[in-house]
Amino acid sequence: MKSIKFILAGIVFGIVMTKSEAVSWFRIQEMFRFQSFHMYGIIGTAVILGVLSVLVIKKLKLKDMSGAPIQFKDKDKAYKKYIVGGIIFGLGWALTGACPGPMFVNLGNGYPTLIIVIMGALLGTYLYGVFQKKLPH
Amino acid sequence: MVEFIKQPWPWYFSGIMIVIIMLVLIFFGKSFGFSSNLRTICSMAGAGKRVKFFDFDWKAQIWNLLFLLGSIIGGYLATHYLSDPKPVALSVQTQNDLHKLGIQFNGKLNPDELFSLTALENPKTILLLLLGGILVGFGSRYAGGCTSGHAISGLSNLQLPSLIAVIGFFIGGLIMTFLLFPLIF
Repeated sequence: MKSIKFILAGIVFGIVMTKSEAVSWFRIQEMFRFQSFHMYGIIGTAVILGVLSVLVIKKLKLKDMSGAPIQFKDKDKAYKKYIVGGIIFGLGWALTGACPGPMFVNLGNGYPTLIIVIMGALLGTYLYGVFQKKLPH
Repeated sequence: MVEFIKQPWPWYFSGIMIVIIMLVLIFFGKSFGFSSNLRTICSMAGAGKRVKFFDFDWKAQIWNLLFLLGSIIGGYLATHYLSDPKPVALSVQTQNDLHKLGIQFNGKLNPDELFSLTALENPKTILLLLLGGILVGFGSRYAGGCTSGHAISGLSNLQLPSLIAVIGFFIGGLIMTFLLFPLIF
């Protein structure tokens, strides 16, 4: 059961990504062209409810299933890495229509060609590791 | 019930479900961030021997790889058992804009010009998919997260760095869509 719950959560995630059409290259193009509210509605709803949920968790000092207090890690205070890394990510997101989750979900959706995108993403991650020290952060 | 699930889900329902997934992972004592898996897979493949960035206890991340495995199964289930054959309700404007670039809307999730097996006969397609993947992988690690880690988890926790990253995602996406697509396609 320890591991099965993560597989189950992943299954729900894969279903949600597919049924919301957030895995669709076409939908991502529509979003970047500002031609539909669809993707903004999904992300906007998630963010507003997410902010409220995190506030409630902090306010009520809720605990996770192991009984440990739920803690939220702050992101490093930096600027360059978020904007430069973000732009590089965005270029790839628009080109492939896939962020890391949907790459894998689309494999299940019957698009074996996503393997090439995944191989690229692994290579890109590896290259970041190699050049990390030389990049401005 | 099944008929209801088979329809495309409205945006608000999808948004709610994404938050529920984030909250379930938090309840499990974890956090929602998908791109970490790419780093974990590099470590599993032995990259930690050469590059310090990958020298960490990847076994602590197995839960996220299980989540990844589930997401592939979920995609399969959604497509094969929970979908109706109606085309994606893509905006007509988007269809027209893409048509001008030589990409036809096929009613499915992804265009044949980039993602069908026959499209791979053109080496340019392979190059584009590989390059796009490299940008996503490199960029998400450089920015310390992707759509799930920054746009959902980070913004939910009111993290300014995540907002900067999401603005970056959009700058990159707009450059690709409006400046580079006309040159590429």
